[in-house]
Amino acid sequence: MKHDEALFQYLLRLGDSPLILAQRLGERVGHGPVLEEDIAQTNVGLDLLGQARLWLAYAGEVEAGFAAAGRDEDQLAFLRDAGEFRNLLLVEQPNGNFADTTARQFLFDAWHLRLLRALAGSTDARIAGIAAKGAKEAAYHAERSGDWVIRLGDGTDESRAKMQAAIDDLWMYTGEMFAPDATELALVEAGIAADVRALAAPWRQHVDAVLAEATLKAPGETFMQQGGRRGVHTEHLGRLLAEMQVLQRAYPGARW
Amino acid sequence: MSVPELTSDLGAPVAAAAAAAPAGSRPTIGAVWKALAGVPDPEIPAVSIVDLGILRGVAWDTGDPGAVVVTVTPTYSGCPATELIMTSIRDALTAAGLARIRLEIELAPAWTTDWITPEGKRKLREFGIAPPDGARAASTNATIDVAGISPLRRAKVAVPCPRCGSKETRLVSQFGSTACKAQYRCLSCLEPFDYFKPH
Repeated sequence: MKHDEALFQYLLRLGDSPLILAQRLGERVGHGPVLEEDIAQTNVGLDLLGQARLWLAYAGEVEAGFAAAGRDEDQLAFLRDAGEFRNLLLVEQPNGNFADTTARQFLFDAWHLRLLRALAGSTDARIAGIAAKGAKEAAYHAERSGDWVIRLGDGTDESRAKMQAAIDDLWMYTGEMFAPDATELALVEAGIAADVRALAAPWRQHVDAVLAEATLKAPGETFMQQGGRRGVHTEHLGRLLAEMQVLQRAYPGARW
Repeated sequence: MSVPELTSDLGAPVAAAAAAAPAGSRPTIGAVWKALAGVPDPEIPAVSIVDLGILRGVAWDTGDPGAVVVTVTPTYSGCPATELIMTSIRDALTAAGLARIRLEIELAPAWTTDWITPEGKRKLREFGIAPPDGARAASTNATIDVAGISPLRRAKVAVPCPRCGSKETRLVSQFGSTACKAQYRCLSCLEPFDYFKPH
């Protein structure tokens, strides 16, 4: 794969996960357990959407270097089909109950924060700039989601059971966060991409510390479902995109 | 007006640009700063974009001396006010008689609450928003302390109530009416208030 094509693919990976998670959090507007948390989770979604825009805008510019025409951030978000999305399987999982939403956020934030901090040292100045800015936001996300895991885990019998079930259910989607492919490794070699393999141990330490304080158990060795990097998704992504993209699909180029 | 103090931060490039500009037909760089100091933040109108430190530079375009280049560093990646701020800047410059305007967004170095001016912090407090604690801005950049990850514990750092000054306050939510603020409650006067988070 040519350098520009590889970089384009990598930028889609960086942008699609926050984009899809932002859409999931947007679905929860008006459905938070309390007003303050309703506001908080959509503010987290807003941060992630802003980051996604920066990554996808850059992706479109890189695409213009090897394709007939580069797509802009809106075309990339609204006019690609599920098979062209490169987000983690974790972030497309349904919101479920508040424990499910919280567990998904927590497992992602603990990884995302470290990914962005690593990318702040990228040799690509544009990537480093977006990541350094996003890392400051992700630090607050990780604190909030970790806090909720502790509150719900070390809470009532019911909240504890729901929190444990949510962690157990989503655990199988965490493996692909630390499994780079050849495209990504070539960019790691060039100092552009972050080596996600190096994030595994600190992520696990972070997760274990929070789970311990939450009186929850980390799941044991389990099968890890992968596919996001290749565009092989769970059935949930198509339905999410149907709602996210319907306006641009029905009225192409619509603006307000 | 706190313009002289603000420009001192960016003194060298501003002075250089002003020196290179032919006098007469166009306003001084200082006058442009002054015009932009009247542009409020859309979500916290008590403070201006200069108070917040998101206006990073004003200079004449080196290739086109009749055009002014204004550099802005947005606060949060997803800040919905960014587009409105850019429009307001353009309007303010047009009102100041400038026709050729180039607006540039600069992401790095990332905006930090350390760039909020002392004047801006005072205005925030008067508006009822506790200004960011400078000492904690650095801590958000530090390696995350896994053991101390709970914000409930972090919140033990006292955030004084902007209304009554009491240090007996409690974190309600890490995210308030906007992404850049947390919600607190004062345990003395019982009023809720926003805290501009160190960033």
